[in-house]
Amino acid sequence: MSQLLPVLLLAAFVTVFGAALMGLANLLSAKAKKNTVKGETYECGIPADTSGSTKVPIKFYLTAILFILFDIEIIFMYPWALTYGDFISSGYGIYAFSAMAVFIAVFVFGLFWEVKSKALEWE
Amino acid sequence: MGSDWFEFTVNFIKMILIFLMMVQIVPLLVWVERRGSAFIQNRLGPNRVGPLGLMQLLADAVKFLTKEEFVPARGHSMLFYLAPIAAMIPATLALAAIPLSVPIHVEAFEWLGQNWGPYVFKFQGYDFGIGIVFVLGVSSLAAYALLLAGYASNNKYALFGALRASAQTISYELAMGLSIVGVILLFGTFSFSEMVTAQAHALSFSFFGQPVEISWLPNWGIFYQPLGALILFAAMFAEANRLPFDLPEAEGELVAGYHTEYSGFKFNMFFIGEYGHMLVASALMVIFYFGGYTLYPWLTPATVSSWFADLSPTKASLFTALVLHVVLLLKIVVFLWIFIWARWTLPRFRYDQLMDLGWRKMLPWALFNTVVTAIAILVMRHQWGQ
Repeated sequence: MSQLLPVLLLAAFVTVFGAALMGLANLLSAKAKKNTVKGETYECGIPADTSGSTKVPIKFYLTAILFILFDIEIIFMYPWALTYGDFISSGYGIYAFSAMAVFIAVFVFGLFWEVKSKALEWE
Repeated sequence: MGSDWFEFTVNFIKMILIFLMMVQIVPLLVWVERRGSAFIQNRLGPNRVGPLGLMQLLADAVKFLTKEEFVPARGHSMLFYLAPIAAMIPATLALAAIPLSVPIHVEAFEWLGQNWGPYVFKFQGYDFGIGIVFVLGVSSLAAYALLLAGYASNNKYALFGALRASAQTISYELAMGLSIVGVILLFGTFSFSEMVTAQAHALSFSFFGQPVEISWLPNWGIFYQPLGALILFAAMFAEANRLPFDLPEAEGELVAGYHTEYSGFKFNMFFIGEYGHMLVASALMVIFYFGGYTLYPWLTPATVSSWFADLSPTKASLFTALVLHVVLLLKIVVFLWIFIWARWTLPRFRYDQLMDLGWRKMLPWALFNTVVTAIAILVMRHQWGQ
């Protein structure tokens, strides 16, 4: 926890800095009368009839799910990459490589299957 | 963060200086971008306010501060104010984890009737020893700021821009994360400073168990990982939402993307976030592939500190760190210029081409790079026949 203290302090400082600047901008800025038309959602001049667009194409969800799967698989390669040199110098290099080769083969199969099933096609 | 108040205060000020450096580099880069684009397009660019138009930066800052504060009537005002702040945080946290020079060793000294030190101040905000993982984790938080901005604006264009931005960021993060595996394989460490130390001598590797040394070349990562470097740099463009990957703010389709409803200083904060990402990306490129804050054979920690051999150890250490810091900054400037240069040279992708490039081309190539690196390291370093 004490290791994370500087990170939290810096994040807090940036937040205060940003809030202070926005406060300053609020004080200095030009004041305009309240104007209902001006406050409207930007829509090329046509009055907006919906409360914003909350419909999100399903494609984005699919991309996000695939991202999580692949990202976790990539994270598993990090500790392997870190210790790979040690494995080689202690004579177990071929073992370390073939263990990862199996994992990467599954990864490639997954990626190939995604491409094949057109999950990554955008029109 | 420190064992006593002196160390704590110095470390805190150091973090804030790194943040302010990031904030200060934005107006400079905006000026370079405007002047640079003007010269690339055979125009003059801003040259009226002050010498070379440099005072334009101040004029812009004043204008940002005095612009009318605007929050869309249908927007979520709390989130609307939160998003620009959230945009600055990831880049700041990532930049503070990157070593900008060698540590400064301060000898024990007496001050205010008390004994202090000895101290070692690292030339970075904080060091966990797992630098890469932290930087990757923190910089992917940037997608939240964009989504927050798009959602809070309650505007179709802003929402689409934000969705595109987040989908693009996460897609290219895969290729980015995978190309870094090659770097970790090469250096066998997560720590940035250890990587830089490994690059501060002559190009040397083991060729089928036989040591080979080329004394006129530095031991830079680019000689081992050219494909990885290319993929990482391209993915960084996408992460920072820069052209040719600036689909989230494609003005022909989306007005201005996620910051359509933003103006004044809030808009400026998104800019700080974007340029901060460019800074982090350039620093990572330099540290992974181009020797970090060293330049073998002239400027390594050993040679630079020998210049200051007749000064006191504290001063010598301080000056060495400053000289090497300048080396790092100069290398970063080169990459920042490439970012700007590419923006005014390349056309924009179409969205399907963009996602195609990320998933079906860069991801397999990054995987290929990892496997080839692993095989090459195994073949070169393994003690065959023993």
